Amino acid sequence: MSFEIDIEKRLGDAHVALTLDAGDGATVLFGPSGIGKSSVLNMIAGLFRPDRGRIAVDGETLFGNGIDVPPERRRAGYVFQDARLFPHMRVRANLLYGAGREHDAFEEQIGFLGIGHLLDRWPRTLSGGEAQRVAIGRALLSHPRFLLLDEPLSSLDRARREEVLVAIEHVRDVLKLPILMVTHDPAEAERIGTRVVRM
Amino acid sequence: MLDAAEWGIVALSLKVGGVAMAVTLPIAFALAWLLARVRFPGKVVVDAAIHLPLVVPPVVTGWLLLLAFGPNGPIGAWLQDWFGVTVLFRWTGAAIAAGVMALPLMVRAMRISIEAVDRRLENAARTLGAGPWRVFWTLTLPLSVPGVLAGAVLGFARSIGEFGATITFVSNVPGETQTLPLAIYSALQQPGADALVWRLSCVSVGLSLIALIASELLTRRAGRGLRVL
Repeated sequence: MSFEIDIEKRLGDAHVALTLDAGDGATVLFGPSGIGKSSVLNMIAGLFRPDRGRIAVDGETLFGNGIDVPPERRRAGYVFQDARLFPHMRVRANLLYGAGREHDAFEEQIGFLGIGHLLDRWPRTLSGGEAQRVAIGRALLSHPRFLLLDEPLSSLDRARREEVLVAIEHVRDVLKLPILMVTHDPAEAERIGTRVVRM
Repeated sequence: MLDAAEWGIVALSLKVGGVAMAVTLPIAFALAWLLARVRFPGKVVVDAAIHLPLVVPPVVTGWLLLLAFGPNGPIGAWLQDWFGVTVLFRWTGAAIAAGVMALPLMVRAMRISIEAVDRRLENAARTLGAGPWRVFWTLTLPLSVPGVLAGAVLGFARSIGEFGATITFVSNVPGETQTLPLAIYSALQQPGADALVWRLSCVSVGLSLIALIASELLTRRAGRGLRVL
């Protein structure tokens, strides 16, 4: 598994640019807030269009050379800073939104997240840590090739952070899904990152 | 209480209002979605045209409908040639007039509710593998439903109160186009019909009040439903 990213985009007065070649494990994009780290993830997910450049995963071009794969076909499991759970669906429906037809064993697949008791709850009744773990589960069940994590801990208190950090480590070490994570926290970067890229 | 003929007037009003709302609903939703989500040249003109019935004298709207749906009008001639039907002096014409007059109110309410749907949720759905249609059916539509229903109920209330465009377009035919406001107007022309005016006016106010309360409750529900974690 590899990421090959070489992109540029102008956003208002800011100029976002990143060149990156990364392999398995977790790659952390580290830098101060407002430098365009989230925009990079949005471009990789297909939600933003770079002005120019190339994005390839495992040799398959997602953007560049006249190709622009729509977000729904990029298979990027994206966990946003705010969990973005669908408010009109219970936790179970949120988890299965991207799962397709094969979801018989979904509770086993995400057992490590410890959210089995939340399946019939509405998102608005969840704590921040619970919501973020559901968001990770929802992304994992959508058959992603890689995971994009955008400051997934920033809205959580210390105790809830630990829950989510452990879950991310599980994804990295046990599921062995490549991760691209954005953070401005050096401790998080060091703990999660197989490699850290400064922006 | 009301006698059989007066209940007939109420029933006709509900039928005209109900059909007007049902037919206008999808058109209003499509226009609201277009105005909320799509950028296109001439959008401001389309927006203004949709709102015209709100500000143009209703008698002018009625006259324009008469021109369009009359025997020599583009739509009227087409209906006559292809289906052998006319909407002039018919309750169907009254429903058309009511629907046209209600359209701007419905589009406004629906547009606000579509604009209030969080685009970030739609983006999240795209990354989970949902194409634009699935995003629309599973997120945009359900999240805007309370606002859409509020707009529809408001449109219904407007429809059963429609007067100017209706009387100009399809006249005041008892049993066919004589809805509540037209019947009240006729009763006002008769000496000694004060009691009838009172009864029909009370029904009219009651129906409007129920519809407005329903619309308000739905709007509040819309505010709650859209609260995102």
